[in-house]
Amino acid sequence: MTAPSQQDRIKTDLIWQRLITILEDQAQTLVRTAFSTATRESGDLSAGFFDRRGRMVAQAVTGTPGHVNAMALAVEHFLEKFPLDGLQPGDVLVSNDPWICSGHLHDFTVVTPVFHRAKAVGAVANTIHVVDIGGLGFGPDGRDVFEEGFCVPICKLSAGGAINELLLEFVRNNVREPEQVVGDLYSSMIGNESAARKLSVLLEEFDYQDFETVSDSIIARTKRTVEERVFALQDGVYSNAVRLDGYDSEIELKLAVRVQGSKMKLDFAGSSPASSRGINVVLNYTTAYAVFGVNCVLNPDIPCNYGSLYPIDVIAQPNTVLNAMRPSAVSARHMIGHLLPDLVLGALSGILPVPAEGAGLIWNPSLRGRLPSGSAFAAVTFNAGGAGAHHDRDGWSTTAFPSGVKSMPVEAVEATVPVLFVRKELRPDSGGAGQFRGGLGQIMEIVGEGQGPLLVNAMFDRVLNAAAGRQGGLAGAKGGVWLASGKPFRTKGLQEVQPGDTLVLELPGGGGFGDPAKRCQEAIASDILEGYVTPEAAEADYGKRIDA
Amino acid sequence: MSLKVGVDIGGTFTDVAIEDRTQRWSLKVPTTHAAPEEGVLIGVEQALALAGRPFSDVGLLVHGTTLATNALIERKGAKTALLTTAGFRDVLEMGNEGRFDQYDIRAVKPRPIVPRHLRYTVDERLRFDGSIVKPLNVAEVRAVGQRMREAGIEALAIAFLHSYANGAHEVQAKNILEAELGFPVSTSHEVSPQMREYERVSTTCANAYLQPVVSQYLIRLEHALNEKGLAGPMLMILSSGGLTTVDTASRYPIRLLESGPAGGAIFASDIARRLRLDSVLSFDVGGTTAKFCMVDAGEVHHSHTFEVARTYRFKKGSGLPIRVPVVDLVEIGAGGGSITRVDALGRVVVGPDSAGSEPGPACYAKGGAEPTVTDCDLVLGKLDPDSFAGGSMKLDRDRAVDALNATVAKRTDLSVENAAFAVAEIVSETMASAARVHAAEVGTDIEKRTLIAFGGAAPLHAARFADKLNIDTVIVPSGAGVGSAIGFLRAPISYELVRSISVRVQSGPLPVVAAALTEMEIHAGEIVHKAADLNLDAYIVKRSAHMRYVGQGHEIEVSFEHGASDATFGQRLCDEFQRTYVQTYGHALKNAAIEATTWTVKVSAPIDSPLVNAAAPDPHIAAPNRQRQVFDGANGVWETWPEYDRMSLRDGAFGAGPAILAEAETTTVVPANFRFTIGTQGLVWLNRIGGDQ
Repeated sequence: MTAPSQQDRIKTDLIWQRLITILEDQAQTLVRTAFSTATRESGDLSAGFFDRRGRMVAQAVTGTPGHVNAMALAVEHFLEKFPLDGLQPGDVLVSNDPWICSGHLHDFTVVTPVFHRAKAVGAVANTIHVVDIGGLGFGPDGRDVFEEGFCVPICKLSAGGAINELLLEFVRNNVREPEQVVGDLYSSMIGNESAARKLSVLLEEFDYQDFETVSDSIIARTKRTVEERVFALQDGVYSNAVRLDGYDSEIELKLAVRVQGSKMKLDFAGSSPASSRGINVVLNYTTAYAVFGVNCVLNPDIPCNYGSLYPIDVIAQPNTVLNAMRPSAVSARHMIGHLLPDLVLGALSGILPVPAEGAGLIWNPSLRGRLPSGSAFAAVTFNAGGAGAHHDRDGWSTTAFPSGVKSMPVEAVEATVPVLFVRKELRPDSGGAGQFRGGLGQIMEIVGEGQGPLLVNAMFDRVLNAAAGRQGGLAGAKGGVWLASGKPFRTKGLQEVQPGDTLVLELPGGGGFGDPAKRCQEAIASDILEGYVTPEAAEADYGKRIDA
Repeated sequence: MSLKVGVDIGGTFTDVAIEDRTQRWSLKVPTTHAAPEEGVLIGVEQALALAGRPFSDVGLLVHGTTLATNALIERKGAKTALLTTAGFRDVLEMGNEGRFDQYDIRAVKPRPIVPRHLRYTVDERLRFDGSIVKPLNVAEVRAVGQRMREAGIEALAIAFLHSYANGAHEVQAKNILEAELGFPVSTSHEVSPQMREYERVSTTCANAYLQPVVSQYLIRLEHALNEKGLAGPMLMILSSGGLTTVDTASRYPIRLLESGPAGGAIFASDIARRLRLDSVLSFDVGGTTAKFCMVDAGEVHHSHTFEVARTYRFKKGSGLPIRVPVVDLVEIGAGGGSITRVDALGRVVVGPDSAGSEPGPACYAKGGAEPTVTDCDLVLGKLDPDSFAGGSMKLDRDRAVDALNATVAKRTDLSVENAAFAVAEIVSETMASAARVHAAEVGTDIEKRTLIAFGGAAPLHAARFADKLNIDTVIVPSGAGVGSAIGFLRAPISYELVRSISVRVQSGPLPVVAAALTEMEIHAGEIVHKAADLNLDAYIVKRSAHMRYVGQGHEIEVSFEHGASDATFGQRLCDEFQRTYVQTYGHALKNAAIEATTWTVKVSAPIDSPLVNAAAPDPHIAAPNRQRQVFDGANGVWETWPEYDRMSLRDGAFGAGPAILAEAETTTVVPANFRFTIGTQGLVWLNRIGGDQ
């Protein structure tokens, strides 16, 4: 090997690291300027760089699984409609089409071409969740996508540096928080612009014309590594199925993972047909969460790019709940998407070490109502159940997985809206028993303090179907949703909590791992001492009485 | 004449620096972990002997220690209980319900410092504005106190929901329980009166957990020093870089965390002030970590929250959140001892784990087999095997070559020199990346800053690091090995208070805020006055608000002059917010409402940093002492570089890169695109050719 090629090799690694830094920078700026709770508190966003051929070369570390792969697929469509070489400096593309971007109207993808020495050398893109998109608002009640808000087809948000004022007028006229939505679009655009500038400086510093040879190397090396890991797995077909509560009828998700040589195919054939309500998932989003599940156990150390996605195929039959077609309602698609990693991990349990099932879905009641002054308020909170136990350790209590969400402080929520949290603490006996115990869920009690009833948009699951244990471990506790008054309350959809009544949420626990009889005595005694498990439950699950 | 003594207890060494008006003496002695005060006495006595002065000459002793940090990391604090609002027993354990690593589904979360069976609840409830939903159930408090006593607890934290807005319930419970238990109790409205319950509960519990350990140590140390005849007071260095009395430190031991790194940042800020450098990046690289801090107009950047005792050392979110004023440092796992390897994708990576000093880099020949940054510097010729650490330890180049060959060179198909070059480049890139991300986070430019590089490994990498950040000027001060202890001597007596008050800001006065600011100013002023004892009008008061557009979740800090009751106050604050927002994010929103959430007041005694001229009076060309073979990685060839003994260079000496400046404590690398000058006070200046001088 000659000296220059060794130097080029070193340069590629340096550029790779810088690309990720530039994108991470952009992601952090979006988090800090964002108005939508989902984006700012849970990093519900993504930022990536694409080469001239539209292949994703690098992505920010911060980002949510649901956007990670979805954006990789989205940008192709943008560049198909507006080929890179036809774009000018100052052009910016935008869309929130669920079937092109990331599965619901609340997510905008903004794409900006990168120019270096007067030539387009690629594009930076980011996806963010905006606070409102008109229609019914974020929730599962929609009967079709038209009820859920308005759709911006791929178009120019800015042309040659001139903002598309007409588009922004449309946005302002169709959303409940015009300043915040438009503010987020500006942040996206400015973030992209700044990243594009830094990318050009990077090429200048290393004296490269474009990124093509670097991206070839990055993608080839990543692809080869992922393929080697798939190749090391035992060939075969590995199946799994999970049942979910669904909107008005239960939903079954089925998966067959075919491992053949260095390819892995995830086939969701046999899954339930599309729902009549807004919990449907588009293929982009199905792919995103399915591949995330695989990566958690196979490639946790590999940065995401075209090469890491390439060896894994995802197939779902059209018009099923995992490949819903226009004009299906899709707003609350995370309700199903968040359970896909458990489905994938279960299928892989024969060939890779995987945990038991967990609560999966985040419980994020969206709370609305009227202030004493009469004006409207709205807030959303994120709350996590228990995660599944592993073969060698207990599951996490109240920890979000697969979502990257963080909870909102009760004090911060109460300071914003007239709502009182009477209780938010661990839910004893909710972790599935086993040699290793599932994580605990939590109990929440919420009271409205505004004028009139508190409106709650319910998006809860695992109330009928618990998180299963593994290898003899017991299932975690199912979720519970009820009113203190005893009046009925559904697990999905917009409902009222009357003044004086209390909404009680019992979040599901994670499944246990291994035979409960094998749990060590000290662990059981400690669980009882700390109150994670009541003495009665310990006796029932572990078959003997232990005095703490 | 009166002496000032700085003492910094670190994990391995206790550093002592002594100064009078004209001279400085410094040394290192081993830290005595079982009774740290013994090491302090030994170190101070030895340093005084060096200076030839008695204990009674010491007019001021400034002390910083890792004791509090270590007690949290090693979980060696007191048996602590928590009393909190009924329904919220598990705030400490549930945390933010998130994961700190997207893909690591087996990550270990930090264990709560108060276990669930010692977390007690009582009926009471406040609203966010401090109004009472449910009064405190006093009978229940008494009953709980009884149970706590039976459980044998040694420390107690009280943290009720929304107590930042009204501390009455906490005070009531504290009065009952201090009488019952007989030891001081930490309350959250005193320790950290800010909104967000997880951070406040965590900070208050950590304070209680540390209180017995820290206050007993400080009593022992003060006693021992007084016995030796210490004449002046002892002051403690805070995480914020300010100084306070032993009494305040004993009540709020949580404010003693991270005092060592704070000392380093003050060391840099002092140089910045003396040289009138407005925009500085402090760069401190030791064996295991690199630390950065921005210094603007001589002021170190501050933050109000950080983490300790991370389960994954450099992973944000894996530690215990602590919310007190702190020097805003970024620390990454990249130092001389950082281990290098090749990852699954064939990329060369460095750190975050370190070979430390035992076994140390492969070239130490003490059993370390993994190649480190120091091994690469040796292979590249930047370090001299025979003069490392003043020649006290001979480095084994063959072992460094073997270690690199066995791992990095083999896996990447690079020659051993190119592999070493790749590591050096990656480590500079890693440090530069961290600095860039941090600069973006705090909304400041990094280019055009002056880099002040200290710590054993910084001068080796500083110029390349500066180059990557487009920084033109690097300063390498002398005395870099005990930078923190020297920094302690430059720290101002100061105290900062932070409080949550959420308000919409529009034109007009903010009377509630005005009242709170006055109260905070008086409180902080009293604490400072106890230590500084100056005329009341001599103190400097700084105020700031944390502001955002309504609907956002992250604030930016906006400084303001007093006068919150003025009619123009709201407008002034909004204008300043808009200006800062544009500066930080590049645009502002025209019609969005603005709010402030948190208010800070900092009272300081003035500091004395005499100005000096940068340039020395007698410019002359430096004469090299010898030549050295150094590998030029960019072109893949060995070159002959001149080498200078730094100690033999007089002020005013200059020369061109490439060059090596060798000294006992460190080695300064001057690349081909830099030149060096020795300025006044022995500062080494590295200037990028073609850059702004």
